[in-house]
Amino acid sequence: MAIVHDVMPVFELFQPTTVDDTLALLDTYGADAWVLAGGLDTFDWFKDRNKRRKVVVDLSGVQTLRGVKKTADGGLEIGASTTLTDVASEPLVKQNYRLLSQAAALVASPQIRNQGTLGGNVSQDTRCWYYRSGWTCYRAGGNICYADTPTAINREHAIFDANRCVAVNPSDTAPALVALDAQMVIRSSDGERVVNAQDYFIGPSTDITRMTVLQPGDLLTAIRIPATWANAEFYFEKIRERQVWDFPLVNIAAALKVEGGTIRSSRFVVNAVAAHPVRLGAVEDAVAGKPRNEETAAMAGALAVQGARPLTHNGYKIPLVRNLVKRAIRGEAQA
Amino acid sequence: MLQHVQNVFTRSGACSRMRATRRFLLFLFLFCGPRAGLLDEVIAMSTQEQTPQPSSSVTRRAFIKMVIASGAAVSASAYLFRGSTLVGQGSLPGAVERLMSLNVNGQLRRVDVMKQETLATTLRYKLGLTGTKLGCDRSECGACTVLIDDIPHYSCSVLTHTVRGRKIQTIEGLERPDGTLHPVQQAILDEQGFQCAFCMSGFVMSAVGFLKTNPNPTREELAHGISGNLCRCADYDKILRAMMRGAAYMQKTTT
Repeated sequence: MAIVHDVMPVFELFQPTTVDDTLALLDTYGADAWVLAGGLDTFDWFKDRNKRRKVVVDLSGVQTLRGVKKTADGGLEIGASTTLTDVASEPLVKQNYRLLSQAAALVASPQIRNQGTLGGNVSQDTRCWYYRSGWTCYRAGGNICYADTPTAINREHAIFDANRCVAVNPSDTAPALVALDAQMVIRSSDGERVVNAQDYFIGPSTDITRMTVLQPGDLLTAIRIPATWANAEFYFEKIRERQVWDFPLVNIAAALKVEGGTIRSSRFVVNAVAAHPVRLGAVEDAVAGKPRNEETAAMAGALAVQGARPLTHNGYKIPLVRNLVKRAIRGEAQA
Repeated sequence: MLQHVQNVFTRSGACSRMRATRRFLLFLFLFCGPRAGLLDEVIAMSTQEQTPQPSSSVTRRAFIKMVIASGAAVSASAYLFRGSTLVGQGSLPGAVERLMSLNVNGQLRRVDVMKQETLATTLRYKLGLTGTKLGCDRSECGACTVLIDDIPHYSCSVLTHTVRGRKIQTIEGLERPDGTLHPVQQAILDEQGFQCAFCMSGFVMSAVGFLKTNPNPTREELAHGISGNLCRCADYDKILRAMMRGAAYMQKTTT
């Protein structure tokens, strides 16, 4: 748990230039291999000696994993190694999916966005400091959650869907992608499979040691965004204590299709409240066909937090979620 | 132990100018050390040597020669089978050579880089470019910011092997060959923009990188642009004033 200022422990490094070579390496080394994209999550683990792998497979040389292109159905395909700066400034994303460019622009700091990738941002591990400090909690293969004890400091932890582990997903782009009905393209030596963004993120009930469906040998190669929500009315807001670098206390990504003041269909996704982005299906159903007014906002806000279970120090997240949903329905300009 | 030796190796500031003898001793330690068999042999030989045995064929001189010869053989084999901790690694795609050329401040520098080494470590401890500072070493403070292909990055969180063939610029590369300071540097002098200035080189590199994309920023835009850097003296007001002045100087020099 000490802060180590030293080089990282030894690992073998591979820098393949094609996806096929990458998959071959991942296949060869299996659970001994670690996929390195931007490295901003990776190096913390290695430097603190809390996670270690024999082999690191660096994706920086695989050019086909970068860039944004249009797909045949009018949507977009974003390479998993595209940097967050590029996602935030890419005109194709800005034009139709401002929700995602807004989310990407709010991640961390300029230097981190210049290096961090979209694939890495959605695949990053939780920030629970008990876990990240190397405590052998449930998520680390142990049999206790240190963040859910009577004396635990759990201000940033989950209010939804906790199951033994109360860690949260800290990604800003993840809720935006879930709201846009994005699809994750995953390749392994067995071939390609496409997973809905909503199913890409998993909670502790599914697997307590992982945040996503990625297994050893899997590689997230691209993220596809269908045309469904292109140019809908978007709302993204990230609440954090420090207005730069910091992870969200709660963030919300919403997409609404509104006709003549009436909400036709919508997506509401909040993150940093559970181990996966939480899609507020009940809210989406309830506001369909309702006028976009204060009454609907109040109803949706109350509905959004039903079933929330606060821990000792994170009760504030309940009004936060409630008010963010209200704001999303009002469509208030971000402060 | 291998790791320990390598850590010692990187920590010593004199690495770039390490003399042949010192390197040889390290190799000897590195490659003889882990081999218990060889060690036993050496110990056995040395104890043999200490007990006076007239019939012994190993003299002190012969023993030293043997140690040197075996060390040389082992270190030579290290050059032949370089840098592999895994058998057969050389045949796999994407295998990495430790010896590489780095383009730093317009110069091509040959350097021996460990696989797990960060750019900040290479710059400071192998290339002697200590203007780049290491603060948190966790991509939080920004003191280690350098430009990679004109884009600011935290050099503590970049593997040196990932920037092969890319253009790296550090604080040392900002002034012109004739000694004229970069406009941002000059502005800091004129404004006396920093207190302790440990964070300064990071701030300057961030600002220079940001001004390449937005040469005429408002104070707020500039603050956002360099928001990835921390100043422990909390001297942000003066820093921003100096950087704004630097932006103005840059416009004067370009027009």
